[in-house]
Amino acid sequence: MRRSIYLILSFIVWILLTWPFVDGNIDWQVVVAGIVASAIVATIFHDILPKEHHIFISPIRIFWFLVYIPVFFYYVIKANFDVVYRALHPQMPIKPGIVKIKTNLKSESGITALANSITLTPGTLTVDITDDGYLYIHWINVKTDNIEQATKIISERFEWFIKKIFE
Amino acid sequence: MTDIIGYILITIGILFDIFGCIGLVRFPDVYNRLQASTKCVTLGTIFLLIGVALVSATGAIGAKSIVCAVFILITSPTAAHAIAKGAYASGVKLWENSVVDKYGEDTSKLPKSNSASE
Repeated sequence: MRRSIYLILSFIVWILLTWPFVDGNIDWQVVVAGIVASAIVATIFHDILPKEHHIFISPIRIFWFLVYIPVFFYYVIKANFDVVYRALHPQMPIKPGIVKIKTNLKSESGITALANSITLTPGTLTVDITDDGYLYIHWINVKTDNIEQATKIISERFEWFIKKIFE
Repeated sequence: MTDIIGYILITIGILFDIFGCIGLVRFPDVYNRLQASTKCVTLGTIFLLIGVALVSATGAIGAKSIVCAVFILITSPTAAHAIAKGAYASGVKLWENSVVDKYGEDTSKLPKSNSASE
């Protein structure tokens, strides 16, 4: 099951990278080579690829993922204007520090997605993660060093979506 | 029409890359510089690649640039995270005007000290 899902995923990446559709025909040599390569990848590397493979075939999770993309890009663009403002302002209005927040996510992919979302959004950068669910965040403009309040400001808006997608 | 949108996106992408580099030069310490480089350069490069996909409009180049954009979106924050953690572990100090350092407070409680490496 898991191997076949990863076979299909790596085959899709192969097709996008090699693009065997020349002048309306399909180059079957490339397609066959792709199937062989994807089979090798899926057999050797299925242990180190994400363990939550059921995400890729569940329509509800894919739907929430598609909803999450525009929300995420809104925050990424907001983050960029924030950083540009701080970088170009003559006095450089920054007040940096490392704060601690708590997450309730359990799965490895979920925590990875949360940490990456936090890194790409306004003024925050994940520095370290502990095993009992705490994240250390470098914050360019520290508003509070209280764990609950920082969690509310930094991670709550993503955690709701990521719980729907990954857990 | 898609050509014009593509060129506009490429211009926006280059502008964000430039602003990210200005932030990289102006900010005071490693962690703030990582903020600037990760956010602006990731979004700038993704805008560039989407612009290239729109301008070229042929399947092969467009598909490749979209795949590159997805990979950059996944790998760039992960790399920044690894650099920040590595910098902290090897003893790089926060900027002197930083207000709080919970990570330092929590790691200094542990018996094994990080200051030995410097």
